[in-house]
Amino acid sequence: MTDTTALKYTAEHEWIALDGDTATIGITAFAAEKLGDIVFVELPGVGSEVSADAVCGEIESTKSVGELYAPLTGTVSAVNDAAVDDPSLVNSDPFGQGWLIKLTVDPAAVDGLLDHEAYAKLTGGQA
Amino acid sequence: MTDPRTTALHTRHQALGASFTDFGGWLMPVRYSSDLAEHRAVREAAGLFDISHMAEFLVTGPRAGDFLDDALAGRFSALPIGKATYSLVLTESGGIVDDVIVYRLGEEWFLVIANAGNRDAVGSALDERLRAFPAPTPASAADESGSFAFVAGAQPSVEDVSDISALIALQGPRAAQILADVSGLELVAPPVARDGVPEEWAVADLGSYAARAAAFAGTNVVVCRTGYTGEDGFELLIAADAAPALWDAVLEAGEQHGLLPAGLAARDTLRLEAGMPLYGHELGRHIRPAQAGLGRVVAMGKDDFVGKAALAEAQDPAARVLVGLVSEGRRAARAGYAVLAGDDIVGEVTSGALSPTLGHPIAMAFVDPAQAEPGTALALDVRGTRIPATVTALPFYRRNR
Repeated sequence: MTDTTALKYTAEHEWIALDGDTATIGITAFAAEKLGDIVFVELPGVGSEVSADAVCGEIESTKSVGELYAPLTGTVSAVNDAAVDDPSLVNSDPFGQGWLIKLTVDPAAVDGLLDHEAYAKLTGGQA
Repeated sequence: MTDPRTTALHTRHQALGASFTDFGGWLMPVRYSSDLAEHRAVREAAGLFDISHMAEFLVTGPRAGDFLDDALAGRFSALPIGKATYSLVLTESGGIVDDVIVYRLGEEWFLVIANAGNRDAVGSALDERLRAFPAPTPASAADESGSFAFVAGAQPSVEDVSDISALIALQGPRAAQILADVSGLELVAPPVARDGVPEEWAVADLGSYAARAAAFAGTNVVVCRTGYTGEDGFELLIAADAAPALWDAVLEAGEQHGLLPAGLAARDTLRLEAGMPLYGHELGRHIRPAQAGLGRVVAMGKDDFVGKAALAEAQDPAARVLVGLVSEGRRAARAGYAVLAGDDIVGEVTSGALSPTLGHPIAMAFVDPAQAEPGTALALDVRGTRIPATVTALPFYRRNR
């Protein structure tokens, strides 16, 4: 189990786990639940540059389309092909096997993100 | 904005862990666990939907059928007792106020089921049309039949019974078996005549688009073999206060048959696969029935009815028409996306999703008539990406009978 209290978050419902200068990014269980069954995931290519707060991918459920925002500026070092092949992983294990991308970032930039308490407040205590 | 209303089954949905959405002013279950699992259950076993948000009107009394002939698009005076029909409420200019199902439950007793969001529009249309409905005049000074129907005041009445009614839809290939197993549901129609006897009936006797009276724990239930999923199924109309016990009994009967409670997300993908229109998407006040492929629903042969004069005039040959579009891959077009032929915008998507049953994207769209032929190659603008799409006849999915 991922310790979700140790993660960072955005108001766009992404979570960020920092390890050195590698940030692993996914969407929260709250967001996955709101979207419903996820059927399509489009992610940026490995090596591409993404900018903080810019759209870098798409997550579609049967009912709606969600955009994936890059929470930090950086370079894509890996994408989760398993989640692209089987988008239901994002629903079943959003903080684990359903991760989406890894970015190489400036670790200091993480300080500007929400902590668990702030994110929980944002979602009315549901996350 | 006032808070959305809840149905008589709200606490049941909460206990089942539903997520909710505001739909037509009602807080309704959008899914219980997985919308795909709920969709699949309806195609392969059965699903149970709370559709109590829908509006119900009783039209009763002398010449009720004649009144509906005048007020709506179909021919209700000729509808046999115990049968239902799909119909439309039209505007004077031939647009669509709503689509409705009308049941004839007795000689002078009709039930009209309308969309939740159109309750006021349909209610006021029926009320206005009733006020304008001419009172009968006697054929001769002495009516030899002894009928006093022409006596002033012998008019039908319209009653909005939405607030006291609950509606539960049991849909799927195993629905008939489940219905027959519901504990406490007695398939016995009360006698029609005062000295008549109650009539027992069986689920198998109830044909498609037929309705019969039954009883559940002493409460009347109207059982209708209708639905909005493209599968066999039933809609059960019952007094709101008796609905929770009926819901529980159906779920219990369905447990061994793979029945799942299902939300509006699954209901939407099911009806889309079945090519069924949704008001606000494929139907609206500025859409004429023929554009939406519903020309057959309008009985132009009737003497007169609201909308007839406008629909009898020559129609704009360039008016866009509703088509199905299929594409490959997994990226679905959504309502509002443009339909392209080359660089030209030739239409607009009204509903779209990745079809859970078919595994590829499907959409309904209004397109220029020149592009409406099945097989026509078009494209969809999916948030800036051009996705090839082919015009196809509706529905996308048809069950094996």
